[in-house]
Amino acid sequence: MEKYLLRNIENPNSADINEYVKAGGYKALAKAMDMKPADIIEQVKKSGLRGRGGAGFPTGMKWAFAAADPKMPKYLLCNADEGEPGTFKDRPLLEKNPHLLIEGMIISGHALRAKYGYIYLRGEYPQAKDILEAAIKQAYEKKFLGDNILGRGVKFDLCVHQGAGAYICGEETALIESLEGRRGQPRIKPPFPVNEGFLAKPTVVNNVETFSNVPYVLEIGPEEYSKIGSSDCPGPKLFSVSGHVKKPGVYELPMGTTLRDIIYTHCGGVTGDKKLKAVIPGGISTPVLPADKLDCPMDFVNMPKHGSMLGSGAVMVFDETVDLPKVCLRAIKFFEHESCGKCTPCREGIGWMRSILGRICGGTGNAGDIDLLLEVSKNVMGKTFCPLGDGAATVVQNFIKNFRNEFEAHINNKVRAER
Amino acid sequence: MLSEKEKNEIETELKQYEHKRAACVEALKIMQHSRGWVSDDGIHDLAGILGMTPDELDGVATFYSLIFRKPVGRHVILICNTISCWVMGYNQVLRSLNERLGIGLGDTSADGRFTLLPVPCLGACDQAPAMMIDNELYGDLTPEKMDEILGKYSWERD
Ligand SMILES: Cc1cc2nc3c(=O)[nH]c(=O)nc-3n(C[C@H](O)[C@H](O)[C@H](O)COP(=O)(O)O)c2cc1C
Ligand code: SF4
Ligand code: FES
Repeated sequence: MEKYLLRNIENPNSADINEYVKAGGYKALAKAMDMKPADIIEQVKKSGLRGRGGAGFPTGMKWAFAAADPKMPKYLLCNADEGEPGTFKDRPLLEKNPHLLIEGMIISGHALRAKYGYIYLRGEYPQAKDILEAAIKQAYEKKFLGDNILGRGVKFDLCVHQGAGAYICGEETALIESLEGRRGQPRIKPPFPVNEGFLAKPTVVNNVETFSNVPYVLEIGPEEYSKIGSSDCPGPKLFSVSGHVKKPGVYELPMGTTLRDIIYTHCGGVTGDKKLKAVIPGGISTPVLPADKLDCPMDFVNMPKHGSMLGSGAVMVFDETVDLPKVCLRAIKFFEHESCGKCTPCREGIGWMRSILGRICGGTGNAGDIDLLLEVSKNVMGKTFCPLGDGAATVVQNFIKNFRNEFEAHINNKVRAER
Repeated sequence: MLSEKEKNEIETELKQYEHKRAACVEALKIMQHSRGWVSDDGIHDLAGILGMTPDELDGVATFYSLIFRKPVGRHVILICNTISCWVMGYNQVLRSLNERLGIGLGDTSADGRFTLLPVPCLGACDQAPAMMIDNELYGDLTPEKMDEILGKYSWERD
């Protein structure tokens, strides 16, 4: 497949506006300026584009909700918090192809009649901040941003806001709280951001990769776009692959590429040609899969049928030597650290699961501990304010479901605690 | 007391937002950049400019792990302790840092040069194990590479 999202990134000056324009950039913007906002939304709907931030919500539908709300002004927020462990796919877009994101946001702003956009960037990407700010400055100079875009009287202003280290700020309502200058704790939904978001106004939050697909939809048209990859959720998809593969990295492949293809064809297989034991396919919050599930197509519709989720498309590969209960413990320690503390099942439940897992992995687990873990996880699942708590419960349940024997081996002291 | 430089930088940030408090994280970062960390007095001084109470601002400051409410060393090492780094050799890298710096996680070296902190995924998992020192990312770490990396920070250009 020809690359779109990552095209031109081998060019050392790919972040420069002139290079981007030379490679065909900002043509879709010119096209969009000749279109009515409602027609852009219609095209995005028709394309079948779904959000790339994790949940896979249809982008056109989200925009239509916000457009239908009469409240003004409307705000456009880009989620560049990229905090889901295993995920590093937005990084090349932000650092190497910032104008694609900016172009996508200007078009989206026009579609939504939004005048202001913010890019909420994670604190751990300092270089991306400088690159984005330089790119935004260039876009103003070329009159792609500002009060009179391309002389058509359309206004859109864009700036970068950087976080300071909090995974939960990737959740869209927490992101909004953080952007308003508060602790980044999730809000109750409804009201949804499309009706009451930033400063209580209709707000669209989309992921970096989602916005970066928008110019493509306009460039080739929704019909062509919808033919790429899976029919139910089409388009190019960025996969971040890490762990025990020969060539880890970010890969742009059609939505629906199988895990087997990703790992063996594109990433060169398992490091040292060892046996593969398990894969987390979509970031830390998605269910771990055993090695016999590699033929599932990686997209939002098919992954759930195979027992997991596409999430952010962050594939983490574990070879036969990995002690999976300890991976599970690491994951739960992450959730414990990142729980914002707002609701009890998440705050207390995750801590409890961590302590049970800790003793299992430390060689002092008890016979009933696995069932106790499952019991606690059930009391977290579905009882929390935001999906972070559910994520933690899902992780525990699926590690046990697929690899219960490894937990039992720890409890029966067959695995010595070396760490 | 805020310095003139801090004041000017914060003023510039305030212009980007409709509401002053929205600039609070940036303001905290500006102070941290010039002083290394944010003290109680610092919170008081900033709260005034931002139209927040000191408690509100402290609530925000303590929410974010990259805002330091305690003194830190001249360089902060953020070592990723999440899954991909963990399976690719986090423990060995951590041990080598512990030995070379004589400190554990959360500590500052006796010479005040380094503070070592664990962080979740840095978005550099393809270079696992990874860490950041100040704003610089280091990947594919091995204990052997540590002397060279730490050496960059050893003479007193601090
Ligand atoms: C705990 C948590 C963390 C999240 N982190 C991110 C993130 O880092 N980046 C992101 O784009 N979406 C993240 N999301 C999803 C957002 O809430 C939101 O659904 C997304 O930004 C919408 O954009 P999309 O429709 O383009 O996917 C997170 C969700 C949760 C519950
Ligand atoms: S589930 Fe966890 S992270 Fe989400 S609101 Fe509750 S305490 Fe906060
Ligand atoms: S897990 Fe360490 S950088 Fe992602």
